[in-house]
Amino acid sequence: MKKIEEIHLPEELRYSADHEWVRLEGELARVGLTDYAQDQLGDVVYVELPSVGAHIAQGAVFATVESVKSVSECYMPVSGEVTAVNGPLADDPVLLNQNPYGDGWMILVKPDDPADHSRLLTAESYRSRLKGEA
Amino acid sequence: MSEALGTTGLILNEPLLWERGKKGRSGFSIPDRDVPSRPLPLEMTGGGPDFPDLSEIEVVRHYTRLSTWNFGVDTGFYPLGSCTMKYNPKINEKLAGLRGFAAAHPLLPAELSQGALQLMFELERFLSEITGLDALTLQPAAGAQGELTGMLIIHAYHRLRGKQKTKILIPDTAHGTNPASAAICGYAPVPVPSGPDGIIAPETVEALMDSETAGIMITNPNTLGLFEANIREIARIVHERGGLVYGDGANMNAVMGIVKPGEIGVDILHLNLHKTFSTPHGGGGPGAGPVAVRKDLARFLPIPRVVEKNGAYELREDFPESIGRVLAFHGHFGILLRACAYILSMGPDGLRDASRMAVLNANYIREKLRDVLHLAFDRPCMHECVFSDQNQQPTGITTLEMAKRLIDYGYHPPTIYFPLVVHGAIMIEPTETETKEDLDAFIAAFRSVAREAADSPAVVREAPTRCKVKRLDETAAARNPCLAG
Repeated sequence: MKKIEEIHLPEELRYSADHEWVRLEGELARVGLTDYAQDQLGDVVYVELPSVGAHIAQGAVFATVESVKSVSECYMPVSGEVTAVNGPLADDPVLLNQNPYGDGWMILVKPDDPADHSRLLTAESYRSRLKGEA
Repeated sequence: MSEALGTTGLILNEPLLWERGKKGRSGFSIPDRDVPSRPLPLEMTGGGPDFPDLSEIEVVRHYTRLSTWNFGVDTGFYPLGSCTMKYNPKINEKLAGLRGFAAAHPLLPAELSQGALQLMFELERFLSEITGLDALTLQPAAGAQGELTGMLIIHAYHRLRGKQKTKILIPDTAHGTNPASAAICGYAPVPVPSGPDGIIAPETVEALMDSETAGIMITNPNTLGLFEANIREIARIVHERGGLVYGDGANMNAVMGIVKPGEIGVDILHLNLHKTFSTPHGGGGPGAGPVAVRKDLARFLPIPRVVEKNGAYELREDFPESIGRVLAFHGHFGILLRACAYILSMGPDGLRDASRMAVLNANYIREKLRDVLHLAFDRPCMHECVFSDQNQQPTGITTLEMAKRLIDYGYHPPTIYFPLVVHGAIMIEPTETETKEDLDAFIAAFRSVAREAADSPAVVREAPTRCKVKRLDETAAARNPCLAG
């Protein structure tokens, strides 16, 4: 398992305390699991994503990720409507381990309130939270 | 003990049955036909199943060899936390094999099944006494079906009162089946975070328990092996706000004859006969999850129910408010019979002693390993103790790897990565049936694994190396399961 210093946390992303990352892309927000989360989960073997069009509130479960260790739920970092999901993850869950910020992304959301994004954690504050947790 | 428990020996390989055998071989003889031959109707004929042709010795060797690859509680220590892998006394098997029971047909009428019905009736009374609840169903197939039965009873209760609810409170230390059972019944599970001491605080329940909440599902002792000491207060809050308290009795082995759940606020409780009441389990075989309820909820219990009238027993279906049948025939009768044999042979004092010993053994292991393994919650435990791999973090060795290494020492690994509230959890449940010598040998083995984690991590990373099947690729198995024979 990686040490906290080795966890890759891109500066331009925002993070939730529940280990999701958010990237603003125009009016939309792309969401995935952080490098820390994928490392802790271990090899992911199954990902269940929501339906496109679903409206999910911040803090509610939007996906289930099963690894060889456990089944974990992923919590919505911002309230909004799901406009797309990463279909290839269903057949190839390893993407989530290999490239969590790239083709291992999970969902694309149209946030109810774009300002929600700025209330999430920065890479620096997320990392210091991780240090507290570990 | 001077010699290590885990060793290697000659292990025989064994192919699949389909790779054995030759056309025309047979393991049995059909008696000569004594009636004239008649052709079958065409629609009833066709190709047979794809079974290999095998001789008797091929079948006997096949299963005997496979059995030598197995590890069970009759082979060795099996401290799988939350599963209560206690030894199952052989007297249970002897009684379950009695011809009158083993050969009984489930469609026999009640007047020809008096012994079986009486056994069920009396087992219900015993379990009622143990749980402190008034009435029972023995039907549910195992714990999770017991939970669903309990949820259906809660649903029926609120429906009768004219106010259906939508949510159920479930502590974050619950077994994963709890939220699943609630969700199948249509309730939204609401997680209740446990406090810093590993148990639920009444204030947390108070804040979450609203008019839309049907009740709480609470496991006591919880999956951290800690007694939910606030249970009475939690039950008071839930009752006051119109809810019911469902007790998950999976961990009843800690408190048999000591705590009666019905007396501390629990309204409905399932028991796992295959855990607490010592019937074989672990290989996916049948379990039994009886559900006990307080008096006013008895009307909702599944039908048929065993009723006694003038010394005779019958199965009655005339309970109009019942949630209906949840399992065919008499439930898993063979398991009920074993549990009844266990209760009768142990007696009330024996059951109480079993729970005391189970708690003592867990605390012994907890004390003897606490300097090498990090204790998740540093307080006395009940029937199981939960460590983590925190102390091993500098070595890079994880819980999974230590568990695999224990196999080389001749032990079934403990439960790992559960409960989820403990990061890298190692959950050890020794049960009451282990001797001190066996506990000491296990403790020595675990201490040795912890030492190896620091001194020779490569050995731990490659484990297990001494058993027939070495380190499996669990990821490939989960991602690309091979389900064909």
